[in-house]
Amino acid sequence: MSELRRPTAGTRAVLVFPLAMLGIFFLAPFGIMLATSFYHRIEGGFYEPALELASWRRLLQPVFVERTLFSVGICLLAGAVCIVIAFPFTYFLTRMRRRPHVTLLVLIMSALALSEVIVGFAWSVLLGRAAGISNVLVWLGVMDEPVAYQPGFIAVLLGLCYIAFPYCILTLYPQLSRLDPELTEAAQTMGASPWRTFWTVVVPIGRPIIMAGFLLAFVFTLGSYLIPTFLGRPEHWTLSVFISDQATFNANVPFAAAMALFLTALSLVVVGVVTLVESQTRR
Amino acid sequence: MRALKWIVTTMVVLFILAPLVVVAVVSINANRYMDFPPQGFSFHWYAQLWNDLGWREAIVTSLIVATLSAALAVAIATPMAYVLRAYDVRLAPVLYSLGILPFMLPPVISALGALVFWNSMGHSGRIENIIISHAIFFSTLPLITVSLAMESMDRSLPEAAQTLGANPRTTFRTITLPLLVPSMITGYAAAFVLSLNEYIIAFMVSRFSVVTLPIKIVNDLRYGFTPTIAAVAVVFILIAATTFSLFALFGNLLKFLGADPAILERER
Repeated sequence: MSELRRPTAGTRAVLVFPLAMLGIFFLAPFGIMLATSFYHRIEGGFYEPALELASWRRLLQPVFVERTLFSVGICLLAGAVCIVIAFPFTYFLTRMRRRPHVTLLVLIMSALALSEVIVGFAWSVLLGRAAGISNVLVWLGVMDEPVAYQPGFIAVLLGLCYIAFPYCILTLYPQLSRLDPELTEAAQTMGASPWRTFWTVVVPIGRPIIMAGFLLAFVFTLGSYLIPTFLGRPEHWTLSVFISDQATFNANVPFAAAMALFLTALSLVVVGVVTLVESQTRR
Repeated sequence: MRALKWIVTTMVVLFILAPLVVVAVVSINANRYMDFPPQGFSFHWYAQLWNDLGWREAIVTSLIVATLSAALAVAIATPMAYVLRAYDVRLAPVLYSLGILPFMLPPVISALGALVFWNSMGHSGRIENIIISHAIFFSTLPLITVSLAMESMDRSLPEAAQTLGANPRTTFRTITLPLLVPSMITGYAAAFVLSLNEYIIAFMVSRFSVVTLPIKIVNDLRYGFTPTIAAVAVVFILIAATTFSLFALFGNLLKFLGADPAILERER
């Protein structure tokens, strides 16, 4: 590849529009959120400029701490479930012939594009009593009468896995598709079973992307709003639900801003770790 | 291992398809209520989507938002991807990360950011706010597709044009831009589909005065299930599946996803 050209005044001018858009509509809102988190909340949904720590102090309340721990816990669990299934699946996928390979990728991308609204709704039907999976079991004679599996912890977990799973696969896909087939072939020529090859060759090579995929799934589920509200009871609600409810229904925008900045910091740490891991695997 | 391959693949396919199939079955049920097994067959609920004024307005609003925000996203991403990949810009990694970041953070953060931003501007609850917020949030997708296209572009082409006397502007217009168009289209399509499906940002920015399709679905679900909702869900599923099938047929889905070029040569 040839040397990159030096930027000219013209090329810098080209950058003005995108950077202005990102600056005004992405970075500036963070400044406003930061300021708002110190504002004073007035009953009835309004807030006025002030400099108080009330909203930040609320982050230390047991309710909030408990919600944070629950959110982190269920999202870590969802991330773990996703990666444990996604890693072998993606490995098998990259070794398939072209047609099933592309078909499965289209299916996964379509699932990725689906609105959380649709995913939450579809799972609530599937796990519900009226037309759900238990009706199939009754119809087959396995069960006596239909039951509802939602709302509940497992329902929320399944929904979260559903939205994070495609992202997980997409993180693993590039590297697993580049995995040199000679490596696994060599292991098998030396007498290792396919199972042993997978554990002793593929998994160790994939360790950094397993970590990256796991953490990405974690961040994505942390951002889910509708899945916990559709499929869970209030005790299953996560930080995202809290933030949007405080901002819209309870109208405590300063507190919502403080929580959003906390969530940003949490996500940035995770994304930072992922980037670090990925930059090390490239080398 | 072979058995495991089949078990894992089947389970994943079932897991992804099961909720979609159930919704499809419910959507063609003639009865007003959710039943299993379905009672009769009817496309009535699909017609309802267009005949009911509330649904039609939501569809039109969503289409406007998705069309314009995806266009704006491409307009933001393309110059950035071009300059950062073609020129030796200081801070290029930082600027690129800034472009990736909106999509990496939980959407509720962008949503709240936009909400306080428009509140402080005294300009809240307008459709253009949703368009801009979606454009920023989804500009990451065209940024990735166009950057990938820049990386894989044969650099001798623009260089040849310059040797033959074309100035940088002409080179960009006649050589680079046409080569980037496919990646701009795929970026547009991805941003369009995801914008059509996005709920939380649209909901918080709209402040109850603009109703997109996902917002309409959630609002209606608060009053209970109707088969029309299942019909919308099926339409959404079909749009997503069609977009990515076309992408796989005519675009370069595998390259977009970062596949090893060797896979492209694999037998069908």
